[in-house]
Amino acid sequence: MSSLEFCLWTGLGSVAAGLLGSLTGLGGGVVIVPLLTLVMGVDLHYAIGASLVSVIATSSGAAAAYVKEGFSNIRIGMFLEMATTMGALFGAGLVAVVPATAVAVIFGLVLIYSAWVSKDSGSTASDSSPDPLAARLGMDGSYPGIEGPVTYNVHAIPTGFSLMFVAGTLSGLLGIGSGAVKVLAMDRAMHVPFKVSTTTSNFMIGVTAAASAGVYLHRGYIDPLVSMPVMLGVLFGSVVGARILMNTRTKSLRQIFRLILLVLGMEMLYNAARGSF
Amino acid sequence: MTGSKHGWTDRQVDQIIGNLLRIGVTASALVVLTGGVAFLIFHPGATENLRVFSGEPAELRNVPAIIKGSLALHSVQIIQVGLLLLIITPVARVIFSVAVFALQRDRTYVVVTLIVLSLLLYSILGGRV
Repeated sequence: MSSLEFCLWTGLGSVAAGLLGSLTGLGGGVVIVPLLTLVMGVDLHYAIGASLVSVIATSSGAAAAYVKEGFSNIRIGMFLEMATTMGALFGAGLVAVVPATAVAVIFGLVLIYSAWVSKDSGSTASDSSPDPLAARLGMDGSYPGIEGPVTYNVHAIPTGFSLMFVAGTLSGLLGIGSGAVKVLAMDRAMHVPFKVSTTTSNFMIGVTAAASAGVYLHRGYIDPLVSMPVMLGVLFGSVVGARILMNTRTKSLRQIFRLILLVLGMEMLYNAARGSF
Repeated sequence: MTGSKHGWTDRQVDQIIGNLLRIGVTASALVVLTGGVAFLIFHPGATENLRVFSGEPAELRNVPAIIKGSLALHSVQIIQVGLLLLIITPVARVIFSVAVFALQRDRTYVVVTLIVLSLLLYSILGGRV
């Protein structure tokens, strides 16, 4: 395949991934690695490097819109970024020692998990009793609601912190944003309201991915010719997606995307079992 | 957290960070696009074996070499500079946050942010993990 053909097909696939990712609010980064490895036949390491780059692009692009809505909590984000960046460095270090087949298996499982966890879940009941550690760290906050600002209290910081380390490790190992794990940590464990946890999580994704991207760059995992169409494609797709459907999360589209995640996850496992990585 | 007596309110900080990220992403996308178009014009038929991992050569791996190559207008290194710009965009955001927390005299968060910053710099400046 010539470089022009490669860029064209990879670019088109990436636009679709970015579009779907932003329309469903699930992020397109997670489908990039299966797309590159299973469809385009790119080596797993280059695929992960390119995916990481696209994750930084979409996270930073979306954060620009999110932060202006005043939902994200910079203190929670920054505090947990200590855990995610440490995890990211650890994960990026693991890539050198963990065999590609094992990485592919973990990837497949994470895809299937993401498909499972992203089904519309009701918001967890908010706990209004203050947590002394959260109060000391100034994490409690408020977000704009329909009837004025809604205040919330943050809980279980040690649990959230540990889960964030795991999220960071997965991000560094697989080149994904691990938004699903991040939201899980904040939403379920720390009782951060859903709107705040999704936006804060998105906010953290760029920093986490940048921490592993540095290591990837020095290791020679970031190939310009693979990363270029992926980054531009995903970015373009997600910007268009955000424009055409601001806040309208069509349910059927989410179902389709979940199905895609599930199929890709099984495909990754199948190919790992056949030893094609 | 809605505001502070010192420096900006959190809301204003959010706005500035939003703009910072947007500028970083836009600049990086333009540089990557320029390098990409240049590459495709000069080497449309080039084939590269991406199925087998061989690792990028040194001139695409370390920061000074990437910048040097892009100044010589090598298309591949121009793409790499764009990607580097993208990688340092979140770092700029963290540096900015250090300054904001310092202005708000929030010592705990100055320390927290500095820890995040040093981990990032360690990674980008080529620390071995």
